[in-house]
Amino acid sequence: MSAAMDTESTYSGYSHYSGHSKKAHRQGRDRHKSPRSKDGSRSEKSVTIQTPPAEPLLGNDASQVEDGQDDNWGETTTAITGTSEHSISQEDIARISKDLEDSVGLDCKRYLGLTVATVLGLIVFLTPIAFILLPQILWRDDLEPCGAVCEGLFISVAFKLIILLIGTWTLFFRQPKADIPRVFVFRALLLVLIFLFVFSYWLFYGVRILDSKDTNYQGIVQYAVSLVDALLFIHYLAIVLLELRQLQPMFAVKVVRSTDGESRYYSLGHLSIQRAALVVLENYYRDFPVYNPALLTASKSRAAKHMAGLKVYNVDGPGNNASGQSRAMIAAAARRRDSSHNELYYEEADQERRVKKRRARLVVAVEEAFTHIKRLQAEEQQKAPGEVMDPREAAQAIFPSMARALQKYLRTTRQQQYHSMESILQHLSFCITNNMTPKAFLERYLIPGPTLQYDRDRWFSKQWTLVSGEAVTSGLQDGIVFVLKCLDFSLVVNVKKIPFIKLSEEFIDPKSHKFVLSLQSETSV
Amino acid sequence: QYSAVVSFSPCQQRIEIHKLRQGDNLILGFSIGGGIDQDPSQNPFSEDKTDKGIYVTRVTEGGPAEVAGLQIGDKIMQVNGWDMTMVTHDQARKRLTKRNEEVVRLLVTRQSLQKAVQQSMMS
Repeated sequence: MSAAMDTESTYSGYSHYSGHSKKAHRQGRDRHKSPRSKDGSRSEKSVTIQTPPAEPLLGNDASQVEDGQDDNWGETTTAITGTSEHSISQEDIARISKDLEDSVGLDCKRYLGLTVATVLGLIVFLTPIAFILLPQILWRDDLEPCGAVCEGLFISVAFKLIILLIGTWTLFFRQPKADIPRVFVFRALLLVLIFLFVFSYWLFYGVRILDSKDTNYQGIVQYAVSLVDALLFIHYLAIVLLELRQLQPMFAVKVVRSTDGESRYYSLGHLSIQRAALVVLENYYRDFPVYNPALLTASKSRAAKHMAGLKVYNVDGPGNNASGQSRAMIAAAARRRDSSHNELYYEEADQERRVKKRRARLVVAVEEAFTHIKRLQAEEQQKAPGEVMDPREAAQAIFPSMARALQKYLRTTRQQQYHSMESILQHLSFCITNNMTPKAFLERYLIPGPTLQYDRDRWFSKQWTLVSGEAVTSGLQDGIVFVLKCLDFSLVVNVKKIPFIKLSEEFIDPKSHKFVLSLQSETSV
Repeated sequence: QYSAVVSFSPCQQRIEIHKLRQGDNLILGFSIGGGIDQDPSQNPFSEDKTDKGIYVTRVTEGGPAEVAGLQIGDKIMQVNGWDMTMVTHDQARKRLTKRNEEVVRLLVTRQSLQKAVQQSMMS
């Protein structure tokens, strides 16, 4: 647990970043713009995605809440840390991440990227206005009067700018869901494109209009309008490149958890590997049943017993033939008549029976407990015979009758770590408030739910590393395999292309559906 | 050319059944299947699965038909001179169960007979 405590302590430093909502809004655009100078020199490809801690799932007075922590704990603002290719211990990782966090360079890099993008955005936004206003300011008297046409153009510029503003805000100013270390290729390309475009417009403006003090004001205003139009088209390009292209599913991605073989399939479009990893992780927290290390002990002990009984003696004298030794061991293990399959079968059958028994007892106890509670209607509340309780007290009243059965059931299915008494009481009062039946109350305990359902400190999976043979900004291809590692387990992701489907049509006239009875009767005469 | 030989060959048998009176009915003691309105592919006794003729599907033990020598799987070609190769199932039933006839004379063919004749002709 000390390792978790270590990582917990490094996260607290980030809490004040996520507290600034304005910055969080702006971060969406360009956190990944700034090139990581550190990465340029290194050839390794593994990067780390961390998730910070946040408020516990069921906030109540009993648990501690850190001050200034982000209320929407579902968002994962993350930190960039570096790891090296050779293995390092958990303490080293914690130390490195602490160092990086404390270093000034990282903050400056992030804020630099943000500032550059914001400045560019402002310049782009103000350029058309500047194009229109500068002649008025500088050589007002020489300008040809331009009446209704110009005013019409002013209105159109104004509205197009408003539309552009709203569109950009929608597209780029979003809460960041995660931080990925490499630059978003398309976003960088778009920014470069915009910069070049605006720069060339300014160049032309500066040379042909400012220098020569062109008096045709209508032409100047139309030039500004053309700039705004072109910006709107670039915005359209941005939508298509950033949003639409990845919507059409092109790849079927299989995600397998390494410890217990849980697997899921997802459909993805054209994404880079890092974004695909993000999508997989987001879905992991929702779809995969929670990782429970207590369930793995059985297979580990079986594996340990396999090779335990054999020992190799070298009869022919010295000479360390290691591969020969291991081969001999494998052959001997294969030939040995062991009954471990028998054990497994009976053990599993036994366990199933035990779980079913406990479950039956639990269901009966809970059903009985729920019959003791009756909801009072509004009119009855004044003339209630006994004492009137709120949901929490009602939960506390009926909890003892089912506590034992529930605890035994949780022990048998090895889930007792995931549910504290406080959380059970909370859930019970929640169910009572919402008129849920006993079965609805029990659904949470009978089926191991997804990771999101449980308390954050039981997650076992907060710091992820993306391990990939290809560059993480390259797009998905058929046959790519990458691994998302966290401390206790890893998710192996296998990408397969959705096959090209040849669909042909066949027309069947509805009138051509005719039938005859096909009988074989037998009559006795 | 063998099929032509089979239909005129002497491997047809004439069977005379005397009906047995049971209460108000005259019974023959066997069951028939087939007919031009039936599905010939479901006939277990026919060699050619498009044959829509009338076949004997069951023979009651000790009944008049068994006594007369009718066997299961026989194809009935004629009943009292009436052709039975191109009749519906109901028509066949009616021709066998005429109330005023006490004796029916059937012309049947049997696969075992046909095969024996074919083999003797081939050898």
